[in-house]
Amino acid sequence: MLYREAGQFKTNYVADSAIFPLREDRIGLALIILAAYALAFLGSSFLLQAVLIPFLVFSLAAIGLNILTGYTGLLSLGTGAFMGVGAYACYKLMTAFPGVNVIVWIFVSGFFSAAVGALFGLPSLRIKGFYLAVATLAAQFFLQWCFIRIPWLVNYNVSGALDAPLRTLFGTPIMGPNATPQTRYLVVLTIVILLTWLASNLVHGRIGRMWIAIRDMDLAAELMGIRPLQTKLLAFAVSSYYCGVAGALLVFLWYGGAEYDVFNINQSFFILFMVIIGGLGSLIGSFFGAALIFILPIVLGIVLPAMLSPFGLSVGADVIEHLRFMIVGALIIFFLIVEPHGLARLWQIGKQKLLVWPFPY
Amino acid sequence: MDMLYKVFIEPFVFMGEAPDLLIQTLWEGLVSGVLYALIALGFVLIFKASGVFNFAQGIMVVFAALILVGLYEKGVPAFLALILAALAMLVLAMVVERVVLRPLVNQPDIILFMATFGLTYFLIGFGELIFGGSPREMITDQLFLPQGTTEVDMLGGMVRFQHLDIAAALIASIMIGLLAVFFSKTRIGRALRAVADSHKAALSVGISLNQIWVIVWFAAGIVALVAGIMWGARSGVSFSLQIIALKALPVLILGGFTSIPGAIIGGLIVGVGEKLGEFYWGPLVGGGVETWLAYVIALLFLLYRPQGLFGEKIIERI
Repeated sequence: MLYREAGQFKTNYVADSAIFPLREDRIGLALIILAAYALAFLGSSFLLQAVLIPFLVFSLAAIGLNILTGYTGLLSLGTGAFMGVGAYACYKLMTAFPGVNVIVWIFVSGFFSAAVGALFGLPSLRIKGFYLAVATLAAQFFLQWCFIRIPWLVNYNVSGALDAPLRTLFGTPIMGPNATPQTRYLVVLTIVILLTWLASNLVHGRIGRMWIAIRDMDLAAELMGIRPLQTKLLAFAVSSYYCGVAGALLVFLWYGGAEYDVFNINQSFFILFMVIIGGLGSLIGSFFGAALIFILPIVLGIVLPAMLSPFGLSVGADVIEHLRFMIVGALIIFFLIVEPHGLARLWQIGKQKLLVWPFPY
Repeated sequence: MDMLYKVFIEPFVFMGEAPDLLIQTLWEGLVSGVLYALIALGFVLIFKASGVFNFAQGIMVVFAALILVGLYEKGVPAFLALILAALAMLVLAMVVERVVLRPLVNQPDIILFMATFGLTYFLIGFGELIFGGSPREMITDQLFLPQGTTEVDMLGGMVRFQHLDIAAALIASIMIGLLAVFFSKTRIGRALRAVADSHKAALSVGISLNQIWVIVWFAAGIVALVAGIMWGARSGVSFSLQIIALKALPVLILGGFTSIPGAIIGGLIVGVGEKLGEFYWGPLVGGGVETWLAYVIALLFLLYRPQGLFGEKIIERI
């Protein structure tokens, strides 16, 4: 009733390839963005710091990996390392040029990880599938080794850790110990919205169609005149760009400082989980996946003790942790069985149902 | 120039000057290579028969070893614990087949791959819940695994052979031999190879896929148990063994995902390669190259031979 496409005609090609062809979609999106900004003022700082900021950061990283794995069909296990490149590049840039605004460096640092990503993407022309996944593991372990062994990357810092220096935007601290979760949330939110909008344009346009063609059948795509090397490398570069920016945000706007260990292999798997649970080849799925994989353990950590206590089972924190692992693992299998196309598919079904509501079809 | 000398000349001169050290390094490389091959074997078994890239193989290694040690600590005799651990792997295989594989038949490979991820998480949580997360000692004496070392005087120096390493290499070789016989001579083995060739053709001649999957996962579980005992005896039983299991991936790439001889030769190449690299070239870049050298070897190798040493040629049709 409220959500229907009747009467909204597309009269030219541009309108047909628009990102949000439906008026209701546009209104809904505006409401969501408005709500997201409103949360900065309504939410407690625990909610912002422990839930929303990391959720947005992981969503961005998941979008990056989704461009590579979901849209172009290249499986990568090096996401964590590419995020690390972004973070280390951002650190070097902003300590070398403290005069330039840090927002600029966050965006620029992505280009460094894009370059590294394209370099490690070179084998993708020859190999695919799981072989490629293992090849990207080389990137993961090699880059992580670089983070440990090259002290230049952390300015010969004795602790070997990255720390966020104080940086301001319009006179308000947005980075460093003085920045409030609220301002950091606003910065992260704005960057994520901007980059998501950009990604949405990319995947809906010519480039995105090239990626999808390569994914569906690279040989056929090549025969149609799509150059596989350039297209695959572009996918690697764009994907790593997003991961790099996400890595910089992760360290400097969420943790406020981190060691190389943040970018280990588990981080890569974690992001891959989000992409697959959320839905391969779907931007909104990246957000759903990040929400499920990141927020679910937090919720379980709160809910489980409350659920077990009525039965007289007071359990230690370690048992909760183990149960959490088990439940997350079981849920992943469960979701894959009931909805292998990810949460994005459920979203589509929901939308379809809404379109015809209140009639069954 | 100096750098080139250090990279291309000096290590070889050093090898020539101290052949005993070279032998020692080669030996250590070979032993860890055999053990990598053992883990890789588990991957290959499952990949061949069900097309599933089983990420959980690493955790199965840890899990099997944990059950063995955990049961022994609870007072079960060592060999009974061994049998019980094997039975637990059988139960695991049946549960995995029923709960994970059967509902996911015909899904894309990546979905099955992800499902084994979920399995990994579940097993980590389950293992820690039951046995706790602290690292343990593998029971070597009780399983009659030899301890101690032999020093052999050769090539102007002493070369040390750990008895345990010798035993590990022997047991791994026996295991591999048994599997080879099992695959080529027995009825079940031939059914496994048929399934590996073509699921549909195997089904049409009356081979039960579900049964085969249970058998294959059980075989992989037994391989995991053996690998767990060996690795556990060398470096303790803890969840960090999982990282070692990831090393089996470059082995697979070198050997090809579907080849058992490939897994063995790939394992030896990776084991020897990374030990030599670490010992002779590692100091040039500050050490620790062992963590990534295997992957880079595999990566470079892939550029020349994308299907691995013994992998089946990838033929694509439109």
